Amino acid sequence: MNTPSETVEQIRFHEEDSFLQGVKDCIPTLLGYISIGLAFGVVGAASGLSLFEIAFLTVLVYAGSAQFIFCALVISNSPPSAIILTIFIVNLRHFLMSLTLAPHFTRYSLVRNVGFGTLLTDETFGVAVTKWMQTKKLSGKWMDGLNLTAYLVWIASCIAGAFLGQWVANPEKWGLDFALTAMFVALLVLQLQSVGKSKLAKNLLLIGLIALCMYIFSYFMPSHLAVLISTIVVATVGVVIDR
Amino acid sequence: MSTNTIIWIIVGCAVVTWLPRIIPFIFVRNVKLPDVVLKWLSFIPICILSALVVENLLNTDGSFVTLNWPVVAAFLPTLIIAIWTKSLSTTVVVGVISMAAIRYLI
Repeated sequence: MNTPSETVEQIRFHEEDSFLQGVKDCIPTLLGYISIGLAFGVVGAASGLSLFEIAFLTVLVYAGSAQFIFCALVISNSPPSAIILTIFIVNLRHFLMSLTLAPHFTRYSLVRNVGFGTLLTDETFGVAVTKWMQTKKLSGKWMDGLNLTAYLVWIASCIAGAFLGQWVANPEKWGLDFALTAMFVALLVLQLQSVGKSKLAKNLLLIGLIALCMYIFSYFMPSHLAVLISTIVVATVGVVIDR
Repeated sequence: MSTNTIIWIIVGCAVVTWLPRIIPFIFVRNVKLPDVVLKWLSFIPICILSALVVENLLNTDGSFVTLNWPVVAAFLPTLIIAIWTKSLSTTVVVGVISMAAIRYLI
């Protein structure tokens, strides 16, 4: 029989890893999803996409920045192959995020792993790695709660934006476009906090290198490619100086 | 573009978005990643998050890459609040209010 303290411990463990806890941990990011989603709906409608096309794109592609770029390319009448190639490059960073998270979920079935990967975004990645840093474990149910909440709220926001377009004609005026950047800033600070003070100097050096790489690479390539290459280069530098 | 064309482009985009997201989840189950790769991956979160922040701080429209000053002006209070409160939601609210205030002033 369990002692009372063990029982409490187990309950806490289950609560920490539950689907509902995943939903709760998603809540702080929802303002970002809602504001960017509304903005996307507005932009999509202004780009001449029908409500059906906006919903279809949101459900199937589910990637904020890629959806905006899709609209820009459709307006400029880019060839389909160029649009698909651009979206591929824009979202290739998710390969790195997916590769970072995947080792923590190997105990789950193939189907569930495909599910985790399908709903991976910048934000859910940020929340999940922060959770891992803090608790050193990730549960499948928790990940599903986080992922599904984010996905459903994103779809609802994009569709609402397409409807509301006439009233929020200029989402930038309200600073809503900055919600995503602010979220990345907060996730970055939480990351730095969880890796600990002893490694702070090294991590700040890496961030400085990222800024430098981003600046230089931005002369030669589109910014989404600069994000990918800078990350690959600086993570490699991180491994080399860690020896 | 016709709706039909757009639907097919969306399907194409969905496939190229989906594959990079799921492939690591499929293959890492059967492969034990070497320690050096795991070490490399441990640097990815900080690198990619800071790259995404810097991407927004830069203005690449002109012939020189410069700082996007209104965004930098909103970034500073946002960073301070993030360090101070360590809260995702507070940081996002303060960030949006800062950006709205700056757009209102300029």
